[in-house]
Amino acid sequence: MTRKDNKKPPPPPPPSSIGGGGGGGTAMRVIVPLQGVVQGRGGLFLGSVIPCALYYLFQLYVKTRTRHRSSNSPPTSPHSNSTPSPSQNLPELSVLPRSLSRTHLTSPTASAFLSGRAASLATDSPHFAGLYKAAENPYHRVDNPEGVIHLALGDNKICVDLVEDWMEKNLSGAVLEERGDFWGIGITGISGFQPLDGVMELKVAVASFMSQAVDNSAFFNPSQMVLTSGVDPAIEILSFCLADYGNAFLVPTPHSPSFDGAAKWRTGVEIVPVPCRSADNFNLSIAALEQAFNQAKKRGQRIRGIIITNPSNPVGNLLSHETLCTLLDFAREKNIHIISNEIFAGSTYGNEEFVSMAEILEAEDHDRERVHIVYGLSDDICVPGYKTGVIYSYNKNVLAAARKLARLASVSAPTQQLLTSMLSDARFMQKFIEINRLRLQKMYQAFVEGLKQLGIECARSEGGFHCWADMSSLMRSYSEKAELELWDRLLNVAKINVTPGTSCHCIEPGWFGFCFALLTEKDIPVVVERIRSVSEATK
Amino acid sequence: MGIEIEKSCVVELSNIAVSNTHGEDSPYFAGWKAYDENPYDEITNPSGVIQMGLAENQVSFDLLEKYLEEHSEATTWGKGSPTSFKENALFQDYHGLHSFRAAMAAFMEQIRGGRAKFDPKRLVITAGATAANELLTFILANPGDALLVPTPYYPGFDRDLRWRTGVKIVPIHCDSSNNFQITPEALEAAYKEAESMNTKVRGVLITNPSNPLGATIQRSVLEHILDFVTRKNIHLVSDEIYSGSVFSPSEFVSVAEILEARNYKDAERVHIVYSLSKDLGLPGFRVGTIYSYNDKVVTTARRMSSFTLISSQTQHLLASMLSDKEFTELYIKTNRERLRKRYEMMIEGLRSIGIECLKGNGGLFCWMNMSPLLEKATREGELELWNEIVHEVKLNISPGCSCHCSEPGWFRVCFANMSENTLHVALERIRNFVDKLRASRF
Repeated sequence: MTRKDNKKPPPPPPPSSIGGGGGGGTAMRVIVPLQGVVQGRGGLFLGSVIPCALYYLFQLYVKTRTRHRSSNSPPTSPHSNSTPSPSQNLPELSVLPRSLSRTHLTSPTASAFLSGRAASLATDSPHFAGLYKAAENPYHRVDNPEGVIHLALGDNKICVDLVEDWMEKNLSGAVLEERGDFWGIGITGISGFQPLDGVMELKVAVASFMSQAVDNSAFFNPSQMVLTSGVDPAIEILSFCLADYGNAFLVPTPHSPSFDGAAKWRTGVEIVPVPCRSADNFNLSIAALEQAFNQAKKRGQRIRGIIITNPSNPVGNLLSHETLCTLLDFAREKNIHIISNEIFAGSTYGNEEFVSMAEILEAEDHDRERVHIVYGLSDDICVPGYKTGVIYSYNKNVLAAARKLARLASVSAPTQQLLTSMLSDARFMQKFIEINRLRLQKMYQAFVEGLKQLGIECARSEGGFHCWADMSSLMRSYSEKAELELWDRLLNVAKINVTPGTSCHCIEPGWFGFCFALLTEKDIPVVVERIRSVSEATK
Repeated sequence: MGIEIEKSCVVELSNIAVSNTHGEDSPYFAGWKAYDENPYDEITNPSGVIQMGLAENQVSFDLLEKYLEEHSEATTWGKGSPTSFKENALFQDYHGLHSFRAAMAAFMEQIRGGRAKFDPKRLVITAGATAANELLTFILANPGDALLVPTPYYPGFDRDLRWRTGVKIVPIHCDSSNNFQITPEALEAAYKEAESMNTKVRGVLITNPSNPLGATIQRSVLEHILDFVTRKNIHLVSDEIYSGSVFSPSEFVSVAEILEARNYKDAERVHIVYSLSKDLGLPGFRVGTIYSYNDKVVTTARRMSSFTLISSQTQHLLASMLSDKEFTELYIKTNRERLRKRYEMMIEGLRSIGIECLKGNGGLFCWMNMSPLLEKATREGELELWNEIVHEVKLNISPGCSCHCSEPGWFRVCFANMSENTLHVALERIRNFVDKLRASRF
């Protein structure tokens, strides 16, 4: 059964920078229950009236929120920012119900052809439904304490105040006027054509920041870098360069939902999951990797590489030095690539030391050409809106191709300038990393403690922004269906938007991802109480 | 072909990575290399290569600078600012800032003199028009399908429309007999050619005003193109990135105006691409948009734009500038005037040397006819002449063959990316070269 079998479109999916939902079978398992949940009661009427009503209500809500916001001075203390602002994740019903589109109504004649790639877009993952709900009724400790708390896999806001302070000191109106530099960025130099894979000054600044993020255990060469407008394009570009249509990557699960869009969607490349288990704390087992590889081979699927995320997302565990070396051996033996997604390298907080692929390769003299590191500034330094991703490769040919492809996803010049400025302030960045780590550790521990009170255990995390929690005790049965049912209760009853394991292709039902970096400590008891209410209802 | 594979590297790359569909081996880009190695500078290198192959608009830059001097609030996030820095830095909704989209829509309306309306909710933002064209191609066609594109066309289309998408370009041949306008016969012929190759045509992509012709497409031609795509039930992509650079506003007709006049009947097959790189002279900002009358295309394009977004900081910067109607009106008017002046200077200068150009009315370049000077009226003859111009006359101009022009001898010459003095120097060099050439032959 596919979406085409449904008679009417579900409520329009809200936006996210994360790409489309799970492919194939998973999508169907997700869509069916959701369709029932959303459309079962009221069907056609609710399906069309609700979006319209919500749209107007949302507009009204945003207007009042904006008025309220501008009358307050911006919060300066680190923990005062509790919620995603309404401007984030606007659900903006982009699939305009025709009655709302005041102009340019599409004519009802023969609908023009859309490609297979366009049609393959799965729109009903829990990810989007959750974002939608969270955006139309966002929690705010004071203004909207009954609102939806958004904790789905997302961003790090924990230190954005530090960046804000830096901006104020270095890029305020007064400073610029004094410099006679009104963009804060020396416009004359930046408006014309530039190398579309990033200006060298920024690459140099990023390279030195990346070293700082890994405590100088590795050094990065700016000329091996290609900058892109975010991490998703970085992964997509690598996918285009390393694999052909129909080939596949091995990816340990659970993995970030965004890979489904970035690695697969336009490229036509598949993901072969390598399941990791709670018994191993979801650590990657080489035996599982071998098995997945061999099974793919039997199916006639050509594996071109492995994509690892280290620290992993959503579990947050680190790959050991030994595992990384074993992976390298495995890749060498099969003659495939390794993409090491290290976007949380600067956000580790546990006792283990983070080992970057770059560190391993500094010791290796040969065989570097199969390794490519992905990095991004959004997560470690709390500026997701600035969209800056990094491809770091040891392979000249990959770099040559990626450079050309980067023109389709370049970083905006003023942003490059701003980031160069900030990243070059090495002292600030060092302090930032230290404080970021401390705050993340504190928040992680507090959140895990909170969940423990409910008898909910979390996987051991050493980095990243997520708690990977075992909520199976709250499920009605040990199944994917029950997991989604629990997710729905959490969203609609407890009003907490979290990411269910199915969205991350986790093989064991009942695991959920909570982005604790979106919280302040004061909100943790609220979250705990809300989950308690749902857990009590289960009993 | 393509990239040299290093012998030590045993692990394979994809076909896309090693193909040369990116087209960067064409003469269009080779001339740039000559420039990079020996760039002209009025003072430090007066005998260097003058870059006339780069369609960049630098004539109205001072207006932008002046605006920013007087409106520094556009670039800072003071306490009084409507959006705080924090909100902006965390904002990564792929719809884009509403204020930015509203400002872009209003700007696009202004350029068309209010003759068409644009709904901000139908605007999808991308990192440049390059990405917008590629994105639309991904959505409208499957690998192996084709888009019909009138020749001569922008050499970058070979990369943007084909490289990653696997889609083909089938040319709609236009020639000088009618000033390179697109005829119904040419459209049909291109469609038939695709059919004969067993290729499904999914749409027509036009650039209006045209690159490299520097001329707008006439209303009657747009009407019959629209009829054609409706008849064949295919899409129409109208790349209007030079729309703000038409010298006389009344001469530009956007496909949006025609749709409005037709009450948006069959509008769902039409998609417009715009960018700020040319009209505003801000190519480094990477600001592009897709405006589609098709709901599904809008939604899908939005999702796909995750792979090519504009930073929230840039959106914020431009939102305030573009919503300042007084400024945009002044800018559009002045920019047009200055470009017209440059164009006329170029045309007059060439005419006095006995070189004719296509009658243009917009854009940052003129379409120069050097066919009388060719030794052989062939592609090779054109490239020979081009080689001389790049390496001896030291002017980087773009040969028509790189634009897939079916008639040899035409060249695209950009005039907006240099000072007036430099333009004079360039014209002098052409004069000397042509005089010498004529003397040596007759």
